[in-house]
Amino acid sequence: MIQPITALARMSAAAALAATLLAFPAQAQDKPKELKIGIATFLSGPASVFGVPAKAAAEMIAEDLNKKGGIGGVPVSVSFIDEGAGGEALVSNYRRMVQDDKVDVTFAAISSGSCGQLAPLAEDLKMLNLMWDCGASSILEAKKYRYNFRSQANGTPEMLAVLAYLLKTKPDFKTIAVVNQDYAWGRESWEIFSTALKVMKPDVKVVAELFPKFGAPDFSTEISRLLALKPDVVLTTSWGGDLDTLVRQAGQRGLLQQSAFVLGIGESSMQRLGKDLPDGLIIGARGDHWFLHPEMKNDPAFKAFNEAFKAKTGSWPIYSVYHMQQAFSAYQGAVEKAMKANGGKWPSREQVIDAAEGLEFKGWGRGVSLRPEDHQGLEAQIVGVSKTAPGYDFKVLDDMMIFEPKAITTPAGQKSVDWLKTLPPDFVAKLNVQTFKHGG
Amino acid sequence: MDSTIVILAICDGLSYAALVFLVSVGLSLIFGVLRIVNVAHGSLYAYGAYTAATLSLLVAPVSPWLTFPALLVASILVGTVVGGLMERFLLRPVYHLEEVLQLLITFAVFMIMDNLQRMIWGVQPIFAAEPVKLLPNISVLGVNYTSYQVLVLPLVAVATLFGLRYFLRYTLSGAIIMAVTEDREAATAIGIDAKRVFLVTFIIGASLAALGGALASPTTSLVPGMGTDMIVLSFAVAATAGLGQIEGAAVTALVIGLARAFIIYIQPELEVLVPYLIMMIVLLIRPMGLFGVNNVRKI
Repeated sequence: MIQPITALARMSAAAALAATLLAFPAQAQDKPKELKIGIATFLSGPASVFGVPAKAAAEMIAEDLNKKGGIGGVPVSVSFIDEGAGGEALVSNYRRMVQDDKVDVTFAAISSGSCGQLAPLAEDLKMLNLMWDCGASSILEAKKYRYNFRSQANGTPEMLAVLAYLLKTKPDFKTIAVVNQDYAWGRESWEIFSTALKVMKPDVKVVAELFPKFGAPDFSTEISRLLALKPDVVLTTSWGGDLDTLVRQAGQRGLLQQSAFVLGIGESSMQRLGKDLPDGLIIGARGDHWFLHPEMKNDPAFKAFNEAFKAKTGSWPIYSVYHMQQAFSAYQGAVEKAMKANGGKWPSREQVIDAAEGLEFKGWGRGVSLRPEDHQGLEAQIVGVSKTAPGYDFKVLDDMMIFEPKAITTPAGQKSVDWLKTLPPDFVAKLNVQTFKHGG
Repeated sequence: MDSTIVILAICDGLSYAALVFLVSVGLSLIFGVLRIVNVAHGSLYAYGAYTAATLSLLVAPVSPWLTFPALLVASILVGTVVGGLMERFLLRPVYHLEEVLQLLITFAVFMIMDNLQRMIWGVQPIFAAEPVKLLPNISVLGVNYTSYQVLVLPLVAVATLFGLRYFLRYTLSGAIIMAVTEDREAATAIGIDAKRVFLVTFIIGASLAALGGALASPTTSLVPGMGTDMIVLSFAVAATAGLGQIEGAAVTALVIGLARAFIIYIQPELEVLVPYLIMMIVLLIRPMGLFGVNNVRKI
């Protein structure tokens, strides 16, 4: 006689089944109808000079991806929240984007202040977030994140590359001054630069440290001081309208001719400054990208991307545009890698994150990799000098050096300022870099 | 501090003081007559700057020297059209309201105009430096200054100050404006059209703010939000001088401009603090401002 299955046995079986299912929550999921990408960028305020072109790039890249079938065969859609609305509004908009709009991934953000607020929130909400443009190295040095990645370099390699270029091309300077915007980036970038400079060239005298107000409309007094002090080198990591004003006012009064100017992240101002930017200024590109990248400029896809962007916006791409591309490439790479590891089935978010660790992907330069220990992007850095070139009504980069990331990025587990103090004095001399000419 | 720094700081402070004076004197004049604190005054500065840059870029290919009159035309255009419309349709309905409501409404106007500005001129910085490039540099103790900075700006500010004084003290229209400032009820009682006086005064004040912006435009990048800093600073100057005090605004703008320049040489970190520190100290000692008059209230 067959014994009836008792209630207890049924319950036990159900519990066992539930336990089995719960033990494997991250198995393959059904392919979504659409991949929603939520992007935080500046649509208002001074940093909209980066944010608005980046938005245009995101729309263009999404459209292009969808023409090719999307990511993993799923079309993508993009939505935006404005960093310029301020901290509180940004946080609540981000939360709404994640919880109500149910985006699949976020790209946030431009400002390091925004990243500082949103990274912990993304972690709490278990949302995969790619920090696509913010530069503060401290964000990933201070805390280990699971859900946050930076798909580009950070301020340390950016400033170290600029310093290396200066030391390689003008090794004999004796005095330096700095004119930086008085906010986190202005202060931090100088701290990185000056710490490394003290190690590599301790005899250099800092004759002035000037931090005019963010958004200052007038640098007259700072320029007068520098004209009187006559430093060999003037460094500025200013950007946007501030940098445009500083360069123009300095040029009008002869300061650009008197001192060697280094524009740490000046690439984004080159088109706007036009002929007001003299030849011979050292300019950092804030990453491994430039619309006339020496290794990419003949690549048909790269040329098509740049032309399409120019047709859409009227200007050639700047670094925020390429950083946006890197974020898309990183996400696409991670999803596809996770799918492959999953036997072609659509991966869960956790599987995508696992795939992102150690991922190597390509933006519009050399490859970028996402370091598994701290999720920091390892990206090369281009630095060059401004030069007049036929066919352009603005200056282009010449004598470009591309610095490989491993040597100039803080090792995982260390703080940037501490690491910089341990660099050997011959650090720059040991960096082997090739120099690329514009048109070469 | 040696004499070189003193002279250089004076040269730097003068041009800054000139721009601040032009914006704050307009604000002060408007308050003196209309008794309204107009937060949207900063927008007039920004619109003056953007309009001047637009006109300059248009006329420069014809003749670069046309950019100078373009600055004046831009300020009159903005003052008359934008200022006139603002007074007639946005401010006139709120004259009878409490000051707090007036402040809120003019703040809302400021935000709306800021957004409109972005829609019209976009977010990319604009620079139209032709007037500065046309004039030669001047060397002061071996340091180059642009003539525009050390001569044009201060001279325009001085001419504006004396022109305004003459207008208010020696012309009939000026006397009418002063009468309304002194006692609105009595002026109305003798047949002065206060509404017309308000409109004319507002247009003059708006044109002065727009002139400040227009004169600043060849020296700086025009970016979204440029009116914000200037309105905060011009409030500080107008309050420190005493609302409604024209000459006081000139003296205070000069003091603040020079103080700011000096502090950048001595302790640059304090640059942002200086104007507001001066304002705070003055108002603690003289709440009516340096040149303000204590209004006696009859009970």
